[in-house]
Amino acid sequence: MHVPLKPAAGACTALALAAALTACGGDGSGDNRTLTYWASNQGASVAEDEEVLRPALDRFTEETGIEVELEVIPWSELYNRILTAVSSGDAPDVLNIGNTWAASLQETGAFVPFEGADLDAVGGQDRFVETSYATGGAPGEPPTSVPLYGLSYALFYNPAMFEEAGIEEPPATWEEFVATAEELTRDTDGDGETDQYGFALEGGSERQNSHMAFVLGRQHGGRLWDDGPTFASPEQVDAVKMWVDLMAEHGVVDPGNAEFSDGTQAVGDFVDGRAAMVIVQGSTRTSMAERGFSDYEIAEVPVLDPLPGEPVQSIAAGINISVFTDTGDREGALALVEHLTSPEEQVYLSQEFQTLPVARAAYDDEALGADEHMETFRTILAEHAEPMPQIPEEGQMETVLGEAVAGLFAEAATGGDVSEDAVRAALEDAETQMNAAD
Amino acid sequence: MSTGPDRPARPARPAGAAPPPGPGAAPPPPARPPAARRGAERRRRSLLPYGMVAPAALLELLIHIIPMALGIYIAFTSLTQLTIRRWTTAPFVGWENFAEGLDPGGALGAALYQSLWRTVVYTVCVVGLSWALGMAAAVALNSRFRGRGLLRTLFLVPYALPVYVTAIVWTFMVNQRDGVVNRLLVADLGLLEERPFWLIGENAFWVLVVVSVWRLWPFAFLMLLAALQSVPDEVYEAAAIDGASNWKRFTAVTLPVVRPANGVVLLVMGLWTFNEFDLPYLLFGETSPESARLVSPLVYEHSFVNWNFGLGAAMSALLLVALVAASALYIRAVLPRRRA
Repeated sequence: MHVPLKPAAGACTALALAAALTACGGDGSGDNRTLTYWASNQGASVAEDEEVLRPALDRFTEETGIEVELEVIPWSELYNRILTAVSSGDAPDVLNIGNTWAASLQETGAFVPFEGADLDAVGGQDRFVETSYATGGAPGEPPTSVPLYGLSYALFYNPAMFEEAGIEEPPATWEEFVATAEELTRDTDGDGETDQYGFALEGGSERQNSHMAFVLGRQHGGRLWDDGPTFASPEQVDAVKMWVDLMAEHGVVDPGNAEFSDGTQAVGDFVDGRAAMVIVQGSTRTSMAERGFSDYEIAEVPVLDPLPGEPVQSIAAGINISVFTDTGDREGALALVEHLTSPEEQVYLSQEFQTLPVARAAYDDEALGADEHMETFRTILAEHAEPMPQIPEEGQMETVLGEAVAGLFAEAATGGDVSEDAVRAALEDAETQMNAAD
Repeated sequence: MSTGPDRPARPARPAGAAPPPGPGAAPPPPARPPAARRGAERRRRSLLPYGMVAPAALLELLIHIIPMALGIYIAFTSLTQLTIRRWTTAPFVGWENFAEGLDPGGALGAALYQSLWRTVVYTVCVVGLSWALGMAAAVALNSRFRGRGLLRTLFLVPYALPVYVTAIVWTFMVNQRDGVVNRLLVADLGLLEERPFWLIGENAFWVLVVVSVWRLWPFAFLMLLAALQSVPDEVYEAAAIDGASNWKRFTAVTLPVVRPANGVVLLVMGLWTFNEFDLPYLLFGETSPESARLVSPLVYEHSFVNWNFGLGAAMSALLLVALVAASALYIRAVLPRRRA
């Protein structure tokens, strides 16, 4: 049956190609202006995101008369979709990117640099929260993306468990954090097995591992990148060891966490009452709400005391928005970016997606005061966050470094060696891989 | 493939009968038309097969040959995120990607050869076990008994399931903390004291093998059962009358009969397994644990995580050459030649 099917399949492919080619890009400045917008998936599902974004886009259409064709793309696909769009030129007009990709994507030359009139068209640099604006591209070059949603890590804790253990305050220093976590690691039903852990993490997640290596590394006074990878510097080794020791030495993390890698499982443990604390990004609140869980409090991420480095608590996380240079309607595309980053829309979007507004003026809005946690997140993002190194190799760095840390968690969980030497060896190995692939 | 398996069980051609038409050859004309018309007719008919093959050949060119050639070209360029936008003009770097990626002394080359060796071991394990299971089931289900149809259907279920479903269900089952496998081993049977990890560390390789076999063996079963059914019952009866034991009947009748089918089944399963990407990706995510890192996911990592398409393509080109060479040797050695 194969042969007769092939021409049919080919004809379909050809038709689909033709359709795609004719449908791509904006319509220029004709009567019927239409923009294509690729949005990242922020809420609990693609469908939910479409529901949230549609009213915001309708308001844009009302103001400008420009229609917006929306496609919400899951995170697992977004990177490859952008890549394909860059190479084929068959791209949307406006799109969202993870802000850690900004420098990589900047290098492709496929995005409009925000400078001069183009920057003014989206509200100017002063519109944006400084730490978030700094994630727009490599330092010293005009950014090719501006922030859209601000995010930061924070310490989430279960107040009921704290109360039960007689702990009144969330830990502020790393030492207190470890002591608190040890206190909260318990066998609650007396069957001889620990069923409540002090802390949960995604041991197999390259993202969380590399982000925490960065944050804790900065606290130790280290850096991940200095003209090349510096993963195995003494400061970074200390930082990574400190992170892995939560499982290996202090035993406050369930060894099963070494398998967690999809970004939802540690939160699952927290929601299920199997762990008392997690360090996750603010947007996690949407999935907690989805699961009907609201019994949590939020505090700043613990910091070393004495502090040899910087009081960094989080990466300047978030989602940025870019315009493709191939857009047929640059003016319209910039207007859409302006609209979505305007204080009014920022208030709406940040409430819906549990993110932080990236427009300074949005913080004056009273509606945001209703969110009791907003101030904590805002403080962390505005005062204690730094962008991940803005280098074209960032994506690769997160993978290689995160994988090395995940390997250490696997060792810790299976009773292997996670001594300082083992940590250094793993990080040196990761450095070699980075250098080789360069 | 030009050398398809010949059925040994094909009935002998009666003496004096015309040979069957080969593929594409015109059947003999029923009557003798005038010479001029005959010539035109012959020309038309000799073009017909080409016309019929043309669409498939064109699509083959578009869908397989051109992308493959492009992939080989990319292996000689420095195609990264810097150059992807105008990828046709990416700088030509000669053998640099090959030197970098395939040098056993370098970090990348060492990782490649390690995962290449691992992939060979994985392929041998998966194909061997799948074949053995498939063969056993095919022999068992070749005789008639009640419930045979039901069992046949049941055996095909793993093959019919989408790989995504298979992988998700298995990750639930082998989860360290709540998985049913550890529950069985530790809580129910008490075989182990501690719950072992299956998706990280050394065990990950064996989980990959088990899941791959689970998914693949029904294919071997299906193909071998089809081959077995071409053996007339009388042959087995005759062997039984001659006093052949069950084992003897298996080695002297069954195996020779399914030999041509075996050749194809092993080749196809070997190629599929060697190139396996979906399962490790779904079981372990973007990067597999060291113990289970196969070659295809490694190439993916270089191309789509590290954005070094030239390097990924160079590694793929090496695999292509290795697989084509291995397949060609295998076909010459194992598959039956077409009789002249």
